[in-house]
Amino acid sequence: MSANALARWGARALIGAPMLFLLSFFLLPFLVVFKISVSEMDTVFFRDVLTWADGLITLKVNFANYFILVEDGLYLATYARSLGYAGATALICLLIAYPFAYCIARSPSERRPALLMMVMLPFWTSFLLRIYAWKILLADSGVFNQMLLALGLIAEPIKMMNTPFSLVLGMVYCYIPFMILPLYATLVKMDLSLLEAALDLGATPAQAFWRITVPLSKNGIIAGFMLVFIPCVGEFVIPELLGGPQTLMIGRVLWDEFFGNNDWPMAATVAVVMVLLIIVPLALFNKHQAESHARAGA
Amino acid sequence: MSAAASQSPAVTPGGTAFLQIRHIVKQFDDVFAVDDVSLDIAQGEIFALLGSSGCGKSTLLRMLAGFETPTSGQIVLGGQDIVGLAPYDRPINMMFQSYALFPHLNVWDNIAFGLRRDGMAKADITQRVEEMLEMVQLKPYAKRKPHQLSGGQQQRVALARSLAKRPRLLLLDEPLGALDAKLRQRTQLELVHIIQRVGVTCVMVTHDQEEAMTMATRIGVMSEGRILQIGRPEEIYETPNCRFVADFIGSVNLFKGQVRVDEPDHVVIDSPECRHYVSHGITGTQGMQVDVAVRPEKMCLQIAPPLLRERGSAAEDGHNQVQGVITDIAYLGSLTTYHVRLGSGLVLKVTQTNAARHSDVPLVSGDAVWVWWDGSDIVVLTR
Amino acid sequence: MKSRQSLAGVWMAVVFVFLYLPIVTLVVLSFNASPMVTSWGGWSLRWYEALTHDQEMIAGFRLSLAIATLTACSSVLLGTLAALSLHRFKRFRGRTLFVGMVNAPLVMPEVIIGLSLLLLLVSVQRLFGFPERGFATIWLGHTLLGMAYATVVVLSRLQEVSPSLEEAAQDLGCRPLQVFFLVTLPLIVQAIGSAWLLTFTLSLDDVVLSAFLSGPGSTTMPITIFSRARLGVSPSVNTVAAITVAVVSVAVVAASVLMARAQRRRDQEMAAAYRLG
Repeated sequence: MSANALARWGARALIGAPMLFLLSFFLLPFLVVFKISVSEMDTVFFRDVLTWADGLITLKVNFANYFILVEDGLYLATYARSLGYAGATALICLLIAYPFAYCIARSPSERRPALLMMVMLPFWTSFLLRIYAWKILLADSGVFNQMLLALGLIAEPIKMMNTPFSLVLGMVYCYIPFMILPLYATLVKMDLSLLEAALDLGATPAQAFWRITVPLSKNGIIAGFMLVFIPCVGEFVIPELLGGPQTLMIGRVLWDEFFGNNDWPMAATVAVVMVLLIIVPLALFNKHQAESHARAGA
Repeated sequence: MSAAASQSPAVTPGGTAFLQIRHIVKQFDDVFAVDDVSLDIAQGEIFALLGSSGCGKSTLLRMLAGFETPTSGQIVLGGQDIVGLAPYDRPINMMFQSYALFPHLNVWDNIAFGLRRDGMAKADITQRVEEMLEMVQLKPYAKRKPHQLSGGQQQRVALARSLAKRPRLLLLDEPLGALDAKLRQRTQLELVHIIQRVGVTCVMVTHDQEEAMTMATRIGVMSEGRILQIGRPEEIYETPNCRFVADFIGSVNLFKGQVRVDEPDHVVIDSPECRHYVSHGITGTQGMQVDVAVRPEKMCLQIAPPLLRERGSAAEDGHNQVQGVITDIAYLGSLTTYHVRLGSGLVLKVTQTNAARHSDVPLVSGDAVWVWWDGSDIVVLTR
Repeated sequence: MKSRQSLAGVWMAVVFVFLYLPIVTLVVLSFNASPMVTSWGGWSLRWYEALTHDQEMIAGFRLSLAIATLTACSSVLLGTLAALSLHRFKRFRGRTLFVGMVNAPLVMPEVIIGLSLLLLLVSVQRLFGFPERGFATIWLGHTLLGMAYATVVVLSRLQEVSPSLEEAAQDLGCRPLQVFFLVTLPLIVQAIGSAWLLTFTLSLDDVVLSAFLSGPGSTTMPITIFSRARLGVSPSVNTVAAITVAVVSVAVVAASVLMARAQRRRDQEMAAAYRLG
């Protein structure tokens, strides 16, 4: 085989292996999900959408689940609530992480690796365990309440657990590294002489910050926001452990439909709608990633 | 045209040159990075492709190395057309602008890298690497990694690595671009000595005219994908064949004029500033619009008007001289450059060496001076 | 200026306390003789002792460790291939789709990945009779997730490597495959190592994907922890947490110290080289 042909086959193999893997186990499943969402549940298994009987092909598509979703206020409210909590979490993460990332980026370069390591260390320990720890801390008989009672600051334990407060706290806690890292990456690359130029031209530090630093860190903000918002929409473990009756999120609904009710088509429908909801931010994230790859690799 | 006879032709007749580049074109979408370049390079010469960024010189070099494929054209090295060959199959080695030393290998292994790919015997590799280290005087640094070397040392390793395989053609990509000025001057000559000692044919690419003039045996000036002029450094400098080359190499004073008298042995050209007497013939016609080029160091500057006995010939009396006012003086230690504004608004650059420590009458800004030059120092440009 | 710096310092301290409070709490509680949070029974190692008899947890740990190791290897392999494809070939058919699929698991909610993969596997099982849900299916799901992370890590390192290094290798006689093994790979090996550790940790910690994709007899440690945590405070979980924290801390600190020392040595060498010229 000529060198050129060999090179071409090599390229096909290189791209082909991961591509095939992703097509089979990432893309194909989505098609299956959609198909099942329009199937009918038949005791344990779902009836095939396409049946072949007496030489006739019958296509049986049942959109009933979708109608239920749209009509039932409960589902709609849950979707809205999930988006709301995810947005709130992302916003709070941004507000906490930005000053933090900024401080690390501006600290002397010898200290930065150590500081980053200290930020990442909790991330390397299991997130499940850390969420569980918040249960202990926030419970009615938990550490916080005990301390406050002991100090005489309160007479009765404050209900912190199983509330929107505990949910958002847990989500912020878990997702904050995803906000700190992209922000840090962008801020540390920023040319400090731009700020000096702004100050030289008469801007106050605050003005320099809002008009120069923040716009230039836009990429980090967007990346961080997406990395927190999108997965939070479908988050299951944290609402399950730290949330309560008021904080029903769509991830829980999906889980319950599947494991609780054994209603696979319904679970599939919930999933499809969830994907549709996040498809816009997902596309934005994708475009953003592609652009930053192009910029870096160009 | 003034000096056509003394110009080296681009392509030697007979097709026997060592490296033959024939009608090479490289097109990216609808941009011609290299637009029909043909040139011959003799064995053992150091040829410089000189031009500003974007002129196509780097693209041409990369096509020689094999990293770009020409859209059309041939490259024949020692009788073999190499266009279809991959870089690893060509008997050509390149010294990269960034040196591209492998950071995970030490100096010894960097130099031995290419030899190992050839399947050379271990003892032979050792001998060759030692030879290379000796040549660039880096023997004590053999075990060091690139990041443990200074810029100049890294460059020498890069050179040694590119010569280790005894290539038939050596390519240099802006060889001295990464070095500071002082080191650059020293290295230019060292580099030439090594290349000449090894005897390898060399094509280098640079945007630095000083580098090209110092190092190359022949220079090819490129612009917008084409070669404008090829010649030895003194040919390019003293007899440029067009405005671009005259202006690109060094400084030049250009007068616009019209040919008044066209004789085989002399030409008279009228320009708004003065009348020019050129003491050689040109390929042109009477009435033609031309540029008259005179280099700054060929001009003389003085308060008093030039005397007849100072002129090259009696015929030049009243020609090749102008009056003006000094507007700027740039003192550069070994030279002084005077900017002289003429009545027509044209500003001339006149350079004088400061041969004596104290000149007799120091000129200052605002002085009225005469500037004159010899008819034999004029280059007439028709394009 | 001074006051702003101390304000920044205070903020950093607050955030660090926020980050470490839960971890410290768990470690302390693991030594609490009393199983209740409300009372402190004195320092005791009884829960650590109890852990050695906890068959469910130990089995779960063994399974998780095995899956995590395999996941890390397969993720790194696929991720490196994907990163190389994206880095070397700027244009090929389906590249946009490829990029989308490689990036999506990074942000896609795990319930969706878990559900969709499970439904596919069940459909396949109905058609072909295999695979059974268990070790292999969990491994598959974890690899899907891990591959996305591995690609990001390796790709960003690849983009830092100067292209002229690969050209120089070719110029000196390397065929393309040799270029990869002799030049590219040594330069990205550290990133591959980071990707391995990252995907190992992700797999070890994963709950949702494991829950969807596991079968009878393939209960991973996180699933065990999750079901116990749902019920309330469990001393066994505290103990597992403390051990995890200890192991991770030692590993991370050791790695950082080693890296810092290597970096300092490199900087010293570079400075020495420039001084001697």
